[in-house]
Amino acid sequence: MIMFFVRRLLTSSLVVLVSTLIMYVLVDLAIDPLEDLRLSTAPNKEQLIESRIALLNLDDPVMVRYLDWLAGVGQCFTGSCNLGTNWQTGQPVTSLLQGAVVTTLQLITAATFLAIVLGVGVGVISALRQYTGFDYSITFVSFLLYSLPVFWVAVLLKQFGAIGFNNFLADPSIPLWMYVGSVLLIGSAVMAATGGPAAQRVKTFAIAGGATLAALLYIDLTGWLVDPSLTIVGVGLLSVATALAVTTLSTGLRDRPALYSSLTVAGLGIALYYPMLYVWFYVDESWLLMFGLALLTVVVAIGIGFAWGGPDRWRSARTAVITALLVASYLFVEQLMLNWERYTNDGLIRGRPIATFGRTTPNFDGGFWLNTLDLLSHLVLPTLTLILISFAAYTRYTRASTLEVLNQDYIRTARAKGLTERTVIMRHAFRNALIPLASIVPVDIITLIGGAVLTETIFSWFGMGKLFVDSLGNNIIDPVMAYLLIVAVLAVIANFVADLMYAVLDPRIRVNA
Amino acid sequence: MTTPTPPSSLPEDSLENAIELKDVEGLSQGQIVLRKFVRHRGAIAGVTALILIVLLAFTSIGYGPIPGWWKWDPNSPNDVINPGGRPTLGLPGWLGGDGLAFGDAPFGQDEIGRDIFARTMLGVQTSLQVMIVIGLVAGLVGIVVGAAAGFYRGWVDQALMRFTDLVITFPIIVVGAVLGKLAGAGGVYILALVLGLITWTGLARLVRGDFLSLREREFVDAARVAGASNFRIIRKHMIPNAIGVIIVNTTLLMAAAVLLEAALSFLGFGVRAPDVSLGLMISQYQSAFSTRPWLFWWPGFFIIVIALSINFIGDGIRDAFDPRQKKVPSQREMERALRTSARPADRDA
Repeated sequence: MIMFFVRRLLTSSLVVLVSTLIMYVLVDLAIDPLEDLRLSTAPNKEQLIESRIALLNLDDPVMVRYLDWLAGVGQCFTGSCNLGTNWQTGQPVTSLLQGAVVTTLQLITAATFLAIVLGVGVGVISALRQYTGFDYSITFVSFLLYSLPVFWVAVLLKQFGAIGFNNFLADPSIPLWMYVGSVLLIGSAVMAATGGPAAQRVKTFAIAGGATLAALLYIDLTGWLVDPSLTIVGVGLLSVATALAVTTLSTGLRDRPALYSSLTVAGLGIALYYPMLYVWFYVDESWLLMFGLALLTVVVAIGIGFAWGGPDRWRSARTAVITALLVASYLFVEQLMLNWERYTNDGLIRGRPIATFGRTTPNFDGGFWLNTLDLLSHLVLPTLTLILISFAAYTRYTRASTLEVLNQDYIRTARAKGLTERTVIMRHAFRNALIPLASIVPVDIITLIGGAVLTETIFSWFGMGKLFVDSLGNNIIDPVMAYLLIVAVLAVIANFVADLMYAVLDPRIRVNA
Repeated sequence: MTTPTPPSSLPEDSLENAIELKDVEGLSQGQIVLRKFVRHRGAIAGVTALILIVLLAFTSIGYGPIPGWWKWDPNSPNDVINPGGRPTLGLPGWLGGDGLAFGDAPFGQDEIGRDIFARTMLGVQTSLQVMIVIGLVAGLVGIVVGAAAGFYRGWVDQALMRFTDLVITFPIIVVGAVLGKLAGAGGVYILALVLGLITWTGLARLVRGDFLSLREREFVDAARVAGASNFRIIRKHMIPNAIGVIIVNTTLLMAAAVLLEAALSFLGFGVRAPDVSLGLMISQYQSAFSTRPWLFWWPGFFIIVIALSINFIGDGIRDAFDPRQKKVPSQREMERALRTSARPADRDA
C-alpha cells in the first residue's frame, strides 16, 4: 500500500511537472504581452517595448522563463509561494488567488452537493421505472441538459430568474396559469415517479396536486414571498414527514426503535422552535458556532438512537442523525426566512433580492443572518447553472449503474429470500450502484471547475475561472499559470481519490503496488 | 389430452428471445444495426432535424461564392424594417399572433440593420463545419492512439496512455481557451483542427479498452497465423469489430464539440469577428437581451437543436450496436409470440 502511494505520488508529480511545462509553452505562444504597445501611437513606442521586454524577460528563451517560474513554485515547499505577479497591476498572484480560491470553492461546493443528491435520486427512480413515461421524460430532459449551452441558459436565468422574479416580488400575486401549470406539473411528476396501478396513480395525482394547490394558495394569500416563515406548524409538519421518510428509506417503518428515535428527534426539533428564535438575541452567531451546533445535534441524535436501542442500535442512531440534521436545517432556514423581509427592504437591496452578478452586495453588512441571505441570494443563479451541467451526467450514470446492478444474481437472491423491496433496493442495489459513481464524482469536480470558468464570467464572480479568463485575455501569464497549476494538482488528487475510493468500496479491485 | 400449454409456464425470457430471433432472422449484422437504428424514434427525429438544418443553412445564404435564395447578406447592414429591428415573423392566430407571416426579416435585425436570419444561418454553417472537422480530427487521433496502445501494449501503451492522462489533466474548456487564443485568429478551420487535437482522449481510452480484449480473440490469432501483418490485422480485423464504440463516441464527441466552440467563442477565445459563430452572436448580443431578445433567442435555439439531434443520433447508434439492448416487446407482440410458440406444443401432444 505504501509502495502504491509512493509510486502514485512520483508519477503524479511528473504529470503535473510535464503538463505545466507544456501549458507554459502554449500559453506563452498564445499571449502577446506587447499587444497594446504594438497598436500604440506613443512617440516613445520603441522604448516602451524595450522596457516591457526587460520587465518580463521576454528575450530569455521560454524554457528559462519556465524554470524561473518553477523555482518560484518550488518555494511553496518552504512555505513562501512565489507564483509571480500580475505585471499590469503589480499585485503578487498569491494575493490574487486567496480570494479567488475561496470564491470558486463556495460556488462549486453547493453545486456539487446538490447535483449529486438530485442526480442520484432521480437516476435511481428513473432506473426503477425503466421504460415508463417518467423514465423517457427524464432521459429526454437529461439529453436536453447535455445539449444546452451553459452561457445561454445563464443569461436566460439572469433575465427570468432574477430580474423577472424581482419584478414579480414588487406585486407578488400568482397568476392563474402558474396555478394550473404547477398543479399539473408537480401532480403528474409525483404520479409518474411513484407509479403503481391506475387507481393509485389517480390518487397520487390528486394528493400531490392538491398539496401544491394548497401551498400556492397559502403563499399567494398570506403574502408569503414578501415575509416568508415556516411557522411552528410548518416546521412540525416537515419534521414529522422527514422522520417518516428518512426511516422508510433508512430502515423501514417496521423497525420500531428507529422510527421512535427519529420521531423523538423531530419532536425535540419542534420543542426547540421557540427557544431557538430567542437564543440569537443573547448569542453571537458565527459559522463556527453553527458548525458546533451541527456537531452537537449529531451527538444528541446518536444518544437518542442508543436510548431507543433495538436489535442493532446503530441503525436507530443512523436514522436519528439523518433526521436530526434535516430538522436542524429547517430551524436554520426558518431563521433565515424570518430575516428575509428585513433583507429585501434594506437600503442596498431595495426590494430586488436575487442578484445577477457578484458574490456579495458591496458594502453590505447586516449581521450573520442578513449576510448569509446576501450570499445565498447571490449563489442561487450560478449554482443553478452549475447544477444543470452535472445533473444530467449524474442521472445518466446512476440510471445505468442501477440497471446494471438490478440485473445481478444477488438481487434475485435477495428477492427470493423474501426481503422487502425496500431492503433489496436500498441495501443491496443502491449501495452497489453507487460504487462506479464514487470514481466519477472526483473527476466530475474537475469538469465543474471548467464549467465554473463560464459561470464565473457570466455572473462576475471573481473566482479562479474569471481570473484565468481575464488574465488570458489581458496577456498576463503568471495568473494563468497559477490557475493551471492549481487545476492540474486538483485533477491529479481527484484521480487519486477516485482510484482509492474504488479500491476501498469494491473489494474485487486490488490496489497493486 | 389436448389442453394447451398454460401460457404462464413459458418463461418470459424465452418468449422475448423468440420475438427477437424472428425479428432478425436472415439479416446480416449491418442490416440488424440499420434496422434497430431506423426503429429508434429519437434518432430518426435527430437525423431529420439535422438534415433540415443543414439544408436550410446551406441553401438559404449559400456557401462561400455560391449564392443562396435568401435576399440579405449576413454582414451588410440594411435599412431597419420594423422599429428597433423587431422580427417580422408573425405567429398564426391560434398562437396569439395576427396571422402567419414571415416578412422581410423574420428573425429580426440588430442595431445596425444586419439580418439575424442570415447571421444565424452563417453561424450554423460555422458550427456544423467546426463539428465535422473536430469529429474527423479527434476521431482519427483517438482511433490511432487507442489502437496503437491497445494492440502493442507494453511501453507503447504506457507512453500513449500517460500522454492521454496529461491531456486530460485540464478541463477541456481551459485548454481550449489557451489554444483558441492561439489559433482563433487563424480562422474557423484552424480553430477546429486545434480543438480536435485535444478532444480525442475519451475515444482513445475506449478504443484501447476494446482493442485490449479484441487482441486476445481467436480470429486475431487466426489472422496472425495466416501471416497477416499487424497493420492489416488492425485495419481489417479489429477496427471493424470496434466500429460501434468508435462511431458512438465520435458522434457524442461532435455534439460536445458544438458546445465547446460556442462556449469558447462566447468567452472570446474562439471564432473572431468578422467570422460569425452562434456562440459569438450570443456573446455579442447578451447585453441587448432586455431590449432586443430576438438577437439572443435564435442562436441559442439552433445550438440546442444541433447538439440535441446529434446526441439523439449517438444514442440511437449506441442502442443499435449494443446486442444487449433489446426492444421491450409490447403486450400484443408477447401474446402473438405465445400463440405461435404454443402451437408446436399442441401438435406434439
